[in-house]
Amino acid sequence: MTTNVIEQASHNEHQENEHHDHKMTGIKRWLYTTNHKDIGTLYLWFAFIMFLTGGALAMIIRAELFQPGLQLVEPDFFNQLTTVHGLVMVFGAIMPAFTGFANWMLPMMLGAPDMALPRMNNWSFWILPFAFAILLGSFFMESGAPNFGWTFYAPLSTTYSNGSTAFFVFAVHIMGISSIMGAINIVVTIMNMRAPGMTYMKMPLFVWTFFITAYLLIAVMPVLAGVVTMLLTDTYFGTSFFDAAGGGDPVMFQHIFWFFGHPEVYIMILPAFGIVSTTIPAFSRKRLFGYSSMVYATSSIALLSFIVWAHHMFTTGMPLFGELFFMYCTMLIAVPTGVKVFNWVATMWRGSLSFETPMLFSIAFVILFTIGGFSGLMLAMTPVDFQYHDTYFVVAHFHYVLVTGSLFSLYAGAYYWLPKWTGHMYNDSLSKWHFWCSLVSVNLLFFPMHFLGLAGMPRRIPDYALQFADFNKWVSIGGFAFGLSQLIFLAVVIKCIRGGEKAPAKPWDGAIGLEWTVASPAPYHTFSTPPSQQEIDDADQNQS
Amino acid sequence: MKSDDKANLKRTTDNMDSTGSSIKSNNKTVKQLLLVVVAMFGFGFALVPLYDVFCDITGLNGKTNSTAATYDASGIDKSRIVKVQFITRNAKGIPWEFEPVINEIEVHPGEMKLVSFYAKNNATHDIIGQAVPSVSPGLAANYFHKIECFCFTQQPLEAGKDVEMSLQFYVDLELPEDIKTLTLSYTLYDITEKSS
Repeated sequence: MTTNVIEQASHNEHQENEHHDHKMTGIKRWLYTTNHKDIGTLYLWFAFIMFLTGGALAMIIRAELFQPGLQLVEPDFFNQLTTVHGLVMVFGAIMPAFTGFANWMLPMMLGAPDMALPRMNNWSFWILPFAFAILLGSFFMESGAPNFGWTFYAPLSTTYSNGSTAFFVFAVHIMGISSIMGAINIVVTIMNMRAPGMTYMKMPLFVWTFFITAYLLIAVMPVLAGVVTMLLTDTYFGTSFFDAAGGGDPVMFQHIFWFFGHPEVYIMILPAFGIVSTTIPAFSRKRLFGYSSMVYATSSIALLSFIVWAHHMFTTGMPLFGELFFMYCTMLIAVPTGVKVFNWVATMWRGSLSFETPMLFSIAFVILFTIGGFSGLMLAMTPVDFQYHDTYFVVAHFHYVLVTGSLFSLYAGAYYWLPKWTGHMYNDSLSKWHFWCSLVSVNLLFFPMHFLGLAGMPRRIPDYALQFADFNKWVSIGGFAFGLSQLIFLAVVIKCIRGGEKAPAKPWDGAIGLEWTVASPAPYHTFSTPPSQQEIDDADQNQS
Repeated sequence: MKSDDKANLKRTTDNMDSTGSSIKSNNKTVKQLLLVVVAMFGFGFALVPLYDVFCDITGLNGKTNSTAATYDASGIDKSRIVKVQFITRNAKGIPWEFEPVINEIEVHPGEMKLVSFYAKNNATHDIIGQAVPSVSPGLAANYFHKIECFCFTQQPLEAGKDVEMSLQFYVDLELPEDIKTLTLSYTLYDITEKSS
């Protein structure tokens, strides 16, 4: 069976090459491309460059915090660093990386020839570099970069802004437009481009998580656009949305912002669930345990995300009823999330496991994301949140879910599909080095932050009391080590693109899904004719 | 190159037809989704009046009414004493002296009281001030009725001049039993630029 598929696939590839020998070359190929694989590649490279940029900012932050006292940077510049680090990592690294995965994999998993709206796809990518050019360019302006935190609370970003608000707002607008277009494209592709016979409940879970994430994006990115617009008019056009002098309310800013902000954190983690739900079954050589419960759990997490936003604001002085409501709703999210963690563990249970690099990252994801989830539960409890609020405990929490959660899943997915993307196997021992260095350093980096936070060290400060010095030194060392470890990944990817062991169409014997029925590297055009019911069913069988 | 592009486009179109979907149904979905986007953008702005209405009804954020109430208490509850405290603060950049003439007063629910606040413009230019009130605990805001308040209007004050501004209020008979102290806080803002 497999040999048949491979033969057929390479046959297809041959045909494709004949048809498209004279596609555009050089920069024009990338500027004008409407091909989902090209755009996926662009997204992934852009995300990685932004990841290194945001990482470089973090390195300066950690260097400053290596010792108490002010050594390297002024407090105001420190604030700019934390702000832009957050914005770049959220909107420049994690989100575009997931969109890159969606572009590369969704059409191949659905048996579609391309994304539904290829031209819009091109546009939604190519406006992104401009957004970040504006944001990062503000570092070199007289006023400096945004310094009010990535959450840009009013009045810090209005009355007390250093003059960077306009650049910040326009950058966020462009990022928002890009995300909305990307999300619309994903929804239309999934709804209209599925191969005949692939019903919703037969879609890979990866597709499901992106489907739900795209809906979240469409629902909340416009709210973000709205709130930054209010910020803009408050700062420059004399409105008073958040200005008490004119009848506005600064606390309302937090409500509107977190109404966007909380679904946003699920936008960054749901696709991660999709990726590990693909890799764990592949390397456990079992089907995903509880597929339909996974679909419902993902949906309920998405729905619940709309009614928990005020748990970010317990200390603003809410009445007891409000605190209880948001506390219980938040804790309720632990139930569907627990279902997911249980399902991943149950998938591994009595499977014939092997520990290739994607699996290592996936297992690390499950364990470390769960730690991040537990600290989230602690923060959800109103009474204790009063102690943890705005301390390093919060920093530890969201870095566990975003770095060892989202980022590790991205690595798992990248290693899993690299052979399909490049046609070569990655260097196995280098990739193991990447994993183990990352695993050790990331815990050295983020775990002591829990203790720092519990001991009372506030976040977003360039200097700290002496008793925090030892932990901060270790955290900084972990930070530098983690930063350097990511360069190993860059080396692995470049080596893998340039050459290496030739990858078969399906390098992982436990992998299932339509993407493995095409050759490696995936031909420029795949599924020009949709796969037959037989092909879909065959690809769904866990056999090599 | 051009003809190749066209061939490509046609091929893609053909493919879409052959996969059972068509550009038509794509456009329909896109339109629906764009509608959601526009609606959610509007919803972001709709949250502003919704927030005010919600806080008005529940009194959650300590906001008091910005218009005068009329006295309609059905008597005075002599059995209860509520302590009302007054605090003032200046927002950034307004060089006024601004303080309550008396810091606290004891009232019975239903009883009308008149207190005054002192303000002096220490700047060398005229300034228009606006005081914004807030009641703590927030849930008591709906039980604190202002019949007359300097915060209902803007306060223009010439350079170097001072003024005594009055506040007439009563505490509602329905004030929850567990609330024994009310704090009324005024923040004073410089709105000269905005009102000119």
